[in-house]
Amino acid sequence: MSAAARLSGVNPLAALASSVLIAVPLVLTLDWVSASVALVLVLMLLPVVRMPARAFWRRSAAIWIAAPLAGVTIALYGQPSGTSYFRFALADITTGSLALALATTLRILAIGLPAVILFTGIDASALADGLAQLLHLPARFVLGALAAFRLVALIAEDWRSLGRARRARGVQSTSLRRFTGQAFGLLVLSLRRATKLATAMEARAFGAPGKRTWARVSLFGWREWMLVATSALVVAIAVGVSAATGHWSFVGA
Amino acid sequence: MAASVRATGWGWRHSGRRAWGVHDLNLSIEPGERVLLLGASGSGKSTLVAALAGVLGSDEGEQAGDLRVDGLRPHDAFGRTGLVLQDPDSQVVLGRVGDDVAFGCENLGVPRGVIWQRVSEALEDVGLDLPLDRSTSDLSGGQKQRLALAGVLAMRPGLLLLDEPTANLDPAGVAEVRDAVARTLDGSGATLIVIEHRVEVWRDLVDRVIILDATGGLLADGPVDRVLATRGGELAGAGVWVPEYPPVARTRTSSESGGVLGTRHLVVSRVRGSAVAAVPDLSVRAGGLTALTGPNGSGKSTLALTLGGLLRPESGAVIAEPGLAIGLDPAPASWKSRQLVARIGSVFQDPEHQFLAATVWDELAVGPRALRSRPSETKRTVDELLGRLGLDRLALANPFTLSGGEKRRLSVGTALATNAPVLILDEPTFGQDSRTWAEIVDLLSVRLDEGTAIAAVSHDGAFLDALATEVVALGVDDVAAARS
Repeated sequence: MSAAARLSGVNPLAALASSVLIAVPLVLTLDWVSASVALVLVLMLLPVVRMPARAFWRRSAAIWIAAPLAGVTIALYGQPSGTSYFRFALADITTGSLALALATTLRILAIGLPAVILFTGIDASALADGLAQLLHLPARFVLGALAAFRLVALIAEDWRSLGRARRARGVQSTSLRRFTGQAFGLLVLSLRRATKLATAMEARAFGAPGKRTWARVSLFGWREWMLVATSALVVAIAVGVSAATGHWSFVGA
Repeated sequence: MAASVRATGWGWRHSGRRAWGVHDLNLSIEPGERVLLLGASGSGKSTLVAALAGVLGSDEGEQAGDLRVDGLRPHDAFGRTGLVLQDPDSQVVLGRVGDDVAFGCENLGVPRGVIWQRVSEALEDVGLDLPLDRSTSDLSGGQKQRLALAGVLAMRPGLLLLDEPTANLDPAGVAEVRDAVARTLDGSGATLIVIEHRVEVWRDLVDRVIILDATGGLLADGPVDRVLATRGGELAGAGVWVPEYPPVARTRTSSESGGVLGTRHLVVSRVRGSAVAAVPDLSVRAGGLTALTGPNGSGKSTLALTLGGLLRPESGAVIAEPGLAIGLDPAPASWKSRQLVARIGSVFQDPEHQFLAATVWDELAVGPRALRSRPSETKRTVDELLGRLGLDRLALANPFTLSGGEKRRLSVGTALATNAPVLILDEPTFGQDSRTWAEIVDLLSVRLDEGTAIAAVSHDGAFLDALATEVVALGVDDVAAARS
């Protein structure tokens, strides 16, 4: 649903690889050039993947809010250096902290936005297929995680249910005790659900000896390689420009 | 292809329990036999079926004697058995219909091409005409049960194990599932063991009935008609539902009087903004039982929660008469928890959602304690309820470890313990044998005579015949009307 049209049906493993490809080099440097180049390239690619605008804004809203907030925090409390513009208690806005803030904001956007585009509408089963068939992760682990993933959706409803139950039984209160009591209830209920699911899986021969087969084929074809190559290109240009202009600054260096 | 079953002095004791749940069981089932497994609530039917399916872990309890499927220990008989349980929601493994049916075949290492052929055959056998990529969370209860059945059938098991597969379904869903089982058995010839309290559902399909004795061993074993004809009365006395010996409800001594809780132009919803049903105006009367009926998904449970002051109406109102509200606002949803529990007792659809205590005894005491009743008074109430509900042996057990029927009785007990003038019950007789059913009906009948007003969601025709004074039917049409 509402995924980027060009990316629908692409092996989620390629999406995962692309996100990692973009994220790793960008967290290894603290400069603003690499992040802004990557960001501009990503935004230029938006029309190419045909992501519907509404879906894009809705999915990425949290990132657009979080990135500037992180920037403000760094501006106020980041490593001070250079001219100081404003000081109050622990806060100290300096040339250095402002540069760092800008770089951080851009970096969160440059890493977060592609992740949103790539993972919107991703098919959990297809990801599991890829992890197990192509990366050869253990089937028990992958399928367990996949099944558990479905249960996460039920947690919110269980929490409301528990709230109603406590109200119906006359023990609802607004205190911290209520929260801890209900949280414990949720834990018990989640364990029950997990146990039942495990039983259902076991009843269908999950964990049977012998080689497991896979009903769906996980393919890594030219579309997947194209996606990974594009991401590699984006990140290579970003790092290249940054290095060529002398802005690249390795974390900790 | 069909599998055989042999139990030799078999028994099982759940960890943490002193008594054996199943004890000294000897039986033999030949390939292709179709067996209806009966027994009183708590006699170990589900335990036996779970053991045959190989899903009873050695960490869950202790085993005695020997149990074999086709001469193998059930744990090693992967794919020879297929199990369908009563709760539609806890059996779906994957997100899409096709993938879910394929899951068992994958585990058994069936080649890819064969899997999809089996998937479409299994879906056709159970009559589920759905696209393979349909989301499993969109299915109705009856559809989910047929999906679970398809997932099992695709593994081509020699022994089909069904544990009350139709208990959570409306009458249409019951027929869907029963017919699907009949079709597939005719095709595969597999052995069948089905647990079901309502004998009439499976009577024409099975050729043998085995009745477990709660004190160990078998109570009866033989062709359905002969066992029911010769031992019907005795079996009914032991709690088995025998159509010819229906439990007799006590006679009401008083009739209903004025309304205490009503609705006006009520539309209910689980989550604000997503209306589930428009409800015809209704009134729950003192001494009367208003039955809420309708197909799965028609919003009965949502209505029950709304009547019980646990959900706010989407629009319209739930109105408590002054005699019930006693000085409070007429909308139950606005009352404080302690004010609510003194006025309305609720039993949820899933009992596990409402258990709060570590023992059965404490669970029943939660309400009285919240109302600050005297310890001696609480003890009297709890002990009496334990006896009436047949839970006295389990007073110190953890509520989550009870059988399905026992959990249901406990949850009904928690609502009765506070003596609230109004009771809202969601499927109060679910999973009961005929004796515990009669006990619950009696308890409620006495309360009705004392002037309690009850609203109950129920698919149970016998329950409605015994107690309902008014029937309100919710339809799928109302859902559509409420959404538009």
